Amino acid sequence: MFVLLPLAAVIARSAQGGASAFWQTVTTRQAVTALELTLGVSLATVAINLVFGTVIAWVLVRDDFRGKGIVNGLIDLPFALPTIVAGLTLLALYGPKGPFGFSVAFTRIGIVVALLFVTLPFVVRAVQPVLIELDREMEEAAASLGAGRRTVFRRIILPNLTPAMLAGVGLAFARCMGEFGAVVLISGNLPFKTEVASVFIFGQIESDNVTGAAAVSVVLLVVSFLLLLAVAAVARWRARHEG
Amino acid sequence: MRASRGLRTVALTYLALLLVLPVGMVFYRTFEDGVAAAWAAVTAPDAVHAFWLTLLMVAVAVPANTVFGIGCALVLVRHRFPGKALLNALIDLPFAVSPVVVGLALVLLYGRTGWFGTWLADQGIQVIFAPLGMILATIFVSLPFVVREVVPVLREIGSDQEEAASTLGASSWQAFWRVTLPSIRWGVAYGVILTTARALGEFGAVSVVSGKLAGQTETLPVHVEQAFQNFDLAGAYSASVVLAAMALLTVLSMNLLKREEVTR
Repeated sequence: MFVLLPLAAVIARSAQGGASAFWQTVTTRQAVTALELTLGVSLATVAINLVFGTVIAWVLVRDDFRGKGIVNGLIDLPFALPTIVAGLTLLALYGPKGPFGFSVAFTRIGIVVALLFVTLPFVVRAVQPVLIELDREMEEAAASLGAGRRTVFRRIILPNLTPAMLAGVGLAFARCMGEFGAVVLISGNLPFKTEVASVFIFGQIESDNVTGAAAVSVVLLVVSFLLLLAVAAVARWRARHEG
Repeated sequence: MRASRGLRTVALTYLALLLVLPVGMVFYRTFEDGVAAAWAAVTAPDAVHAFWLTLLMVAVAVPANTVFGIGCALVLVRHRFPGKALLNALIDLPFAVSPVVVGLALVLLYGRTGWFGTWLADQGIQVIFAPLGMILATIFVSLPFVVREVVPVLREIGSDQEEAASTLGASSWQAFWRVTLPSIRWGVAYGVILTTARALGEFGAVSVVSGKLAGQTETLPVHVEQAFQNFDLAGAYSASVVLAAMALLTVLSMNLLKREEVTR
């Protein structure tokens, strides 16, 4: 009740003006641009973090070096760090007054960097436990039968990791679509350029267009609900696969 | 197959550029003008008020979500009922919904023109633009943590011991306190830590319902943003450092718990 009632209020408000009003609101150019941008940066982010997240998980499980425990602990930092602080930290380093002499502030790259930060742990923490459990004898058997490193990775390791990777990506994607705190400072929120959906909704609330805010919110809600279902489906498929 | 040196370098460089350097930079910027300046910014009246308000959020949201979370996990694991799969999926919804949408939802429900708005106004209760609404927002966004941590533990321990306790004459309350709770304590502890971290740091949902009144409805994360927007960089950085320190403490306690759990 506590979860559903407020969300029902959003849906009811978005439907207030009827279907055509709803459609008109979500198809205004500013809303469409914001939604498209959100989708684009989210896809870019999960693609990058899928690769790096898997590499990090791999290094944390299969490699051994001094300070590995600390690195492993640090992975969870983005979950614990308030998102607005994450935005500010990235702005301090990669913003106009940063030490590198270049700035990604107020650009789409800046948004992607912010999203990379907040979604880093998802893929790592999904893949890591599966890698730990993975039976190394299979890899050794394949190698002794003459498979190269590349073949072993592609034919043996990757298929075992895929469900976990998908689960991590699904959660990270959902987070990207809705992220607000980390993005709001670094993106500059220029309409049509760097305004993501959540920032657009926030702007509509501030300018008292609550119905418009509700309409775009419903689009986001539908996307996140579908994603949750997809993640649940992957989890079920995985359970059956292993069971 | 082992990891090569190259992969290690790639992984560590990525982490350094994305995690370590930015956080280090904020610490550097805060203490750039000396400890005294940073201390002055942290102890400014609005910052102190924001700090206590943030602690209030935690003090209400964490116990509420812990009790609810344990109860909900018990229902999900130990009982069968129609719609269980649906409830299971719904529990995660606060994770997948944008915090701004959560804030909007609460405004539409409890705001002046919201569903309960008139009734609440008649009772003289203000929810939106007041701490009450901010607490509701915080509870909403940190709802799933305890459930998510406790469910797998409950599933793993099974119900044999609880059943044994009740055949030996324990009431269900006694069985819960003496048998169930001790065996799920690690899961609960993780959940509580994660809930605390989220409650401390929630920005999106809280900033929609708070109205951002300095010294009144500003939590520490909202204060960071407001200070930044008002070009008070010292204020923004120093409040960030306080929050970052709490985040580091959270991560540290999680790792200590993990170690403790493994050695037992």
